[in-house]
Amino acid sequence: MKTGDFSFSGLGHSYLPDKWIFRNYQSQVSRGQILALLGPNGCGKTTLLKILLGALAQTEGSVSVNGHVAFVPQLFQVAFDYSALDMVLMGRAKKVGLFSQPTSADEEMALKALERVGLASLANRPFHEMSGGQRQLVIFARALVAEADILILDEPTSALDLKNQNAILEWIDRLARRENLTVIFSTHHPHHAYAVADQALLMLGGSDYAAGQVDEVLIESNLFRLYNLPLKKVSFEFEEQAIETLVPVFRPKEDHRMA
Amino acid sequence: MIEAYFKNIVPLFHRTQRFLDQRSWAWPWLLALVVVVAVMGSMFVGAYPMPLRRPLDILLDIILPFSWVDSPAWDLREITVVTLIRPPRIMVAVFAGITLGMSGTALQGMYRNPLVGPDLIGVSSGAAFGGALAYKLALPTLGIVTLASIGGVGAMLCTLFLARIVGGKSDGLPLILAGFFVGAFFMACVGLILHIGGGYAGPNLVYWLLGTFRGADPTKAWTIILTTTAGGILLMALRWRLNLLSLGDLDAKSLGLDVGTLRWILILVVSIMVAVQVAVSGVVGWVGLIIPHCARMLVGPDHRRLMPVSALLGCLLVLGLDNLTRTVIWSEIPVGVLSGFLGTPFICFLFWKCRSRGWS
Amino acid sequence: MIELTKNQSSPVTSLLAFVKKRLATARDFFRRHEWAMPLLLAISLAGTVVGSLLIGAYPMSFWRAGEITVNLGLPWALPSESSWSLMELAVIQMIRLPRVLLATLVGMALGMSGAALQGMMRNPLVGPDLVGVSSGAALGGVFAIMFYWSESATVALAFLGGLLALGGTYGLAHLARSFEGIGLILSGIFVGAFCISGVCFGLFLADDHQMSRIGHLVMGYLNEATPQTVWLLTVPTLVGGSILMLLRWRINLLSLGNADALSLGINVRLLRLTIIAVVSLIVAAQVSVSGLIGWVGLVVPHCARMLVGPDHRKLLPASALLGGMFVLLIDDFTRVVLRTDVGTGTLTTLIGTPFICFLFWKKKTKGWIND
Repeated sequence: MKTGDFSFSGLGHSYLPDKWIFRNYQSQVSRGQILALLGPNGCGKTTLLKILLGALAQTEGSVSVNGHVAFVPQLFQVAFDYSALDMVLMGRAKKVGLFSQPTSADEEMALKALERVGLASLANRPFHEMSGGQRQLVIFARALVAEADILILDEPTSALDLKNQNAILEWIDRLARRENLTVIFSTHHPHHAYAVADQALLMLGGSDYAAGQVDEVLIESNLFRLYNLPLKKVSFEFEEQAIETLVPVFRPKEDHRMA
Repeated sequence: MIEAYFKNIVPLFHRTQRFLDQRSWAWPWLLALVVVVAVMGSMFVGAYPMPLRRPLDILLDIILPFSWVDSPAWDLREITVVTLIRPPRIMVAVFAGITLGMSGTALQGMYRNPLVGPDLIGVSSGAAFGGALAYKLALPTLGIVTLASIGGVGAMLCTLFLARIVGGKSDGLPLILAGFFVGAFFMACVGLILHIGGGYAGPNLVYWLLGTFRGADPTKAWTIILTTTAGGILLMALRWRLNLLSLGDLDAKSLGLDVGTLRWILILVVSIMVAVQVAVSGVVGWVGLIIPHCARMLVGPDHRRLMPVSALLGCLLVLGLDNLTRTVIWSEIPVGVLSGFLGTPFICFLFWKCRSRGWS
Repeated sequence: MIELTKNQSSPVTSLLAFVKKRLATARDFFRRHEWAMPLLLAISLAGTVVGSLLIGAYPMSFWRAGEITVNLGLPWALPSESSWSLMELAVIQMIRLPRVLLATLVGMALGMSGAALQGMMRNPLVGPDLVGVSSGAALGGVFAIMFYWSESATVALAFLGGLLALGGTYGLAHLARSFEGIGLILSGIFVGAFCISGVCFGLFLADDHQMSRIGHLVMGYLNEATPQTVWLLTVPTLVGGSILMLLRWRINLLSLGNADALSLGINVRLLRLTIIAVVSLIVAAQVSVSGLIGWVGLVVPHCARMLVGPDHRKLLPASALLGGMFVLLIDDFTRVVLRTDVGTGTLTTLIGTPFICFLFWKKKTKGWIND
């Protein structure tokens, strides 16, 4: 296995005996690919991410993660008003000895990473004063300084407006294609997965799941089972580009509206 | 005229502040300088009446290889005061302040909660219980320190255990409540010990409990100097890791931190430091809670600068309070009482200002 | 195999099953007869009071004490020739009776005010200790002691102190705009700590006599009970208690929350202020006669809630009765078993804090943090 690859097989987890959140999951992603996790609320997406991260021990099965992992949590709140630079600098934790402090070289790296995500001018801005999209970017920068091979994101596009959703997806794409990082992210939006991911894992509950290439997995029948909602694959032309996407079709029942 | 005065002063103030803010290490060095001056200045003040110059003369006469004053005008008492009474007391105050400032900062960072402090989390009460027990058994200073340390660590463990079984991962309100309960329990135990001592036979014990630097001797001074130095070096070395810890368990783990080990090291170091402080100088409340806030106002939340600044500020505050009790205020009011009087309104003010943002 | 072990019940399991069944029947009974539990509590409190009169450190046979008590309780005059000595009569009438009554009243005052505060502030964690009333009252009492003022002045100052402290807690929580959950508790801790600093300051300034009085105030002693102190506590507890009892259904409404209570058309502000004033008065009187008796006001309402449920109509009387019983039993324990005057407040704290920790654990912060 190369650095940056990861795979799991026979993976299962249960908090209570014989109440499997998921079971027998299997997947393999190689360096530079993007894996999207999809599933309804409470299906164990965060649990799976924690296991891949090594923060939680799986009940059964094996996980092999090859390389450094960086994590971007979902709702990021910090108790103290650290500056953006302080936050990015924390990515150097693995490279800085236990009893030593980060050097000026580390600080320079942090600043460069901020530059790369286009936030160099905001280096000294308190983290909690930044917008949601900017915060995500700061955490991306932190993953960059950590020199991580694998990036795990927990619902990076939730709670953002459309413009910022697009910016984050662009960044996910860039990190995978240009920085050659392996990216795993969970999302509630199948069209986000469709837009950037190479592989998708649909968590249907228990040992029921669908995994594989996006084209094969994100099909209408699977998605209907997942969300109990029709999703339509649409293709059209926009500014002379062929575009293909998934559109969820919401159908509030008419008799409800009458009542 | 007052307006003109402000016109001059305010920009100067802002300029100074900007100067200090731009150079990240200006504040710590400035404070260190102030501390040195304060320590030296403290030698000249005290309850014992003597001319202001006298301590300087005596010290120089002792330190310098030749005699500084031809015909010494001082008597043996003054020499005793200057060489044997004031230095240990000042040292104990200095290091107690450092201990409280640093341990408060470490606890607040570690628990991502600006409301914890050695007193609110039960360490001080536990240490007071151990110390009171040792006093009652008439143990020597070393025995007091040992028992106080055991009490402090034990109380801290009780608090953590309770907060853990109640709140799971959350370190907010459960921790504070658990600390409050455990602290109250140990304080009741202290009350029991006071009672067993035969009513009010132990005014010294009561006085010690209220927090005082009176009766500091070289043994006590060396005890706290050694522990605080050792613990302080460890905390200083780990101070950047506190930034990481303050992000929360999951995030800190994902950044490659051994959260469990680090937290245990910090808890142990902080408990022992505070317990030794309580053993030599009683419960000096609220300093450990408010000093990190003041330091954060000065240099921001980055623990790399916060830790030294907290240490120095704590040292200044405690030394200042002790000097106040030694000179201005009659008959040596306990420092703990004074710090409580100062600390609680201050924390109320902070509470109001912050509108409880990030307090839970 | 499993079926077998289930059927073959050992004596222990059958006993357990029996107890469980009995408990279930009892629970059913109390659920069907709503007022049975308060009544049972009242009877047991009365029994405890009488029983407490019969025991004590003074060497006297149980029956003799019973005889005296019965004769004292009868409406007609004591018989002229009696089997007891004057000394024994004095022990029962002048020493045990005031102390027993004082302990009961203290417990009732604390239990009631704790239940009222918890209902009013919609927080099962507040109690006279945690919102600063007790500490404030103690500070007021210390003030009076420092100036050698009279008993009634002590009560007045303690009342003032308690009122100010509760007002301070309330005001601070309002200022911090986090009135509902953590804010209130934190402000209570801060205000209480400030008041205790004041008490320590007094302790430090005091001469020997004052020091022992302040010490008694802080550690909570019941051993100086006299008919005067009993009266001093009886009047505020009865007056305040009856006001609380009259308002007890309104507390149910208050415990729904501000908006709900307003929409139901009650004057929330006035009601709150009334309860605050009454609670301050009761707690102040309690502190000034017996010192800080910690954690009773916090723990007892929880126990009462387990017995009679959350309805304040039953909770308030049950808390009062249970509180009276709790403090009385602890005082009996110090008098009879320990035979020393360890502070009752110290003992209640020693028992109360582990208990509240246990509750804290059991409830897993459910409803303890409601913001």
